[in-house]
Amino acid sequence: MQQEAAIREPLILGNKSYKDITDDVVGPIQGKAPLGWKIMITISSVIAFYGVGCILYLIGTGIGVWGLNKTVGWAWDITNFVWWVGIGHAGTLISAVLLLFRQKWRMAINRSAEAMTIFAVIMAAVFPGIHMGRIWVSYWVLPLPNQFGSLWVNFNSPLLWDVFAISTYFSVSLVFWYIGLIPDFATIRDRMTKPLQKKIYGLLSFGWSGRAKHWTRFEEVSLVLAGIATPLVFSVHSIVSMDFATSVIPGWHTTIFPPYFVSGAVFSGFAMVQTLLLIMRKTMNLENYIHTKHVEYMNIVIIVTGSIVGVAYLTELFISWYSGVEYESYAFINRFSGPYSMSYWIMMTCNVVSPQLFWFKKIRRSLVATFALSIVVNIGMWFERYVIIVTSLHRDFDPSSWGEFYATNIDVGVFIGTLGIFFTLFLLFARFFPVLALNELKTILKSSGEEHKRIQSDGKSNH
Amino acid sequence: MESKKVLHVMYDDDGKLLEAAKQLVAKGIQVKDVYSPFPVHGIDPVIGVKRTRLAIASFMYATTGTCLALFGMWYFMIQDWPMNIGGKPSFSLIENLPAFVPVTFEFSVLCGAHGMALTYLLRNGTLPGMPASNPDPRTTDDKFVMEILTEENEMDAAALEAAVNDTDLLELSIKEYDA
Repeated sequence: MQQEAAIREPLILGNKSYKDITDDVVGPIQGKAPLGWKIMITISSVIAFYGVGCILYLIGTGIGVWGLNKTVGWAWDITNFVWWVGIGHAGTLISAVLLLFRQKWRMAINRSAEAMTIFAVIMAAVFPGIHMGRIWVSYWVLPLPNQFGSLWVNFNSPLLWDVFAISTYFSVSLVFWYIGLIPDFATIRDRMTKPLQKKIYGLLSFGWSGRAKHWTRFEEVSLVLAGIATPLVFSVHSIVSMDFATSVIPGWHTTIFPPYFVSGAVFSGFAMVQTLLLIMRKTMNLENYIHTKHVEYMNIVIIVTGSIVGVAYLTELFISWYSGVEYESYAFINRFSGPYSMSYWIMMTCNVVSPQLFWFKKIRRSLVATFALSIVVNIGMWFERYVIIVTSLHRDFDPSSWGEFYATNIDVGVFIGTLGIFFTLFLLFARFFPVLALNELKTILKSSGEEHKRIQSDGKSNH
Repeated sequence: MESKKVLHVMYDDDGKLLEAAKQLVAKGIQVKDVYSPFPVHGIDPVIGVKRTRLAIASFMYATTGTCLALFGMWYFMIQDWPMNIGGKPSFSLIENLPAFVPVTFEFSVLCGAHGMALTYLLRNGTLPGMPASNPDPRTTDDKFVMEILTEENEMDAAALEAAVNDTDLLELSIKEYDA
């Protein structure tokens, strides 16, 4: 069995047995829904219905109901798309990259982070879909034989690369998540007493029985999927950034975009994980599994990626001046002093200054400060995408075409609506799914459980 | 002829199970299978579970994906309807290859991941609607069960039982079954 240094903080607090882990996670699923959950899901589903209404109105009327115009053809829609995809990246990072690095603290958070990924990518996919205007011909993005020639889709275009990247990313994340869920559904199935519940979880668990050979395969599949999901997650946001970087718009046409977007995605994703988990650990009594140490680790990732993002902002500014191209320089001067300077400075404060506060150990380990800063970072990262998209577009090549973008109620409604749908899905997940990876947590109980570590170190000191 | 029997030996700890498996195997007893709530590391070589070849399968699916993607893009963009898009070299696969890298990569990952996942589910026999076959519902919670068949062993049920009782077990159940 693996040993862990005694000075490392334990990952599972309290004197837990294997059975306690099962009870702590499956207990809430068997019990009645708590009042807080009912209130939250009511609020979020009302918002979700409003969002669906806005989307239906948009599809029925046309995308003119957004504030888009001839000059600014991409605004909140693509901002929201990039924001949601970015949030999704943290889930894959936690489940895949941290698995490859054998980081055991990921085991308490990976299940809900992956759920967050899947729901966030669904929300992201809504935006390019409805932005097409005629969503009923959205299958035209696929290379299908057709009666126009056949006229194929353009494989030289990053927008088509995006179709392949997002659909691969979504489906692979979903499979990765579900394969991890199967053994935990089996645990729930074997504990349920009501026949209908037993039947449903039995179906979901695919008849998993926990044989030795199956576990060997399970670990191999997890490892290989992590191995291929890691380059996948980097490729997806690189391709999203190429939607911008391969076009010749000042402010977009820069080679720094792929790494800058990827670290921004991880940054915002971890912030969203913090927001969700800090509420979930409290309401579902998971304080022994997701505690200060986990929060601190995630805050360290936020400092690193936030600093990379900060360096990228400054590099962009420097290069726009150093390039000597006045149009490129103007794009950036206009960002921080033009009509959208407010957004620029919100972005700078939220993304560059606020994560640096985590250098202080007190703040990094404070749950309240973390919660507040995670929301600040999410706001900042939304503004980052807004700044990149709208400020670069609104000054067209021909000054007579210069314009401005004003969001309409439908712009706001669709965005808020996707937040509502996202939280509704996440709340349903938290109610009916095992929110911690039971089978993985049990494997680290003996090396990282508080009581086991104490027994081990006592044993050593007696020698 | 003696009827066929199956022994289900239950342990309450993965360490105890591993120890017991080593003890029994040293006595020449064949352990058919182990049911556990999480992967017990180190049990595979003891009870003779071979390394899985799923990773090789995944590599082959991914390679198939690479070939399909390249063939598809060659057909769509070079062979069937070449178009002049921004002066790009639309009449040669090799010259246009850099633009095809992202889709080739994504499609390889798509085939590798889904091919492996399907193979995994089919080989395990874990599919929607399949019945569970763990001998005791507690094996998905905190108990570990070892399965020993009399037909696979030269000892009779009584001798097996004696050997098993030497280990640090929690419960033992012996059932007859029809093969």
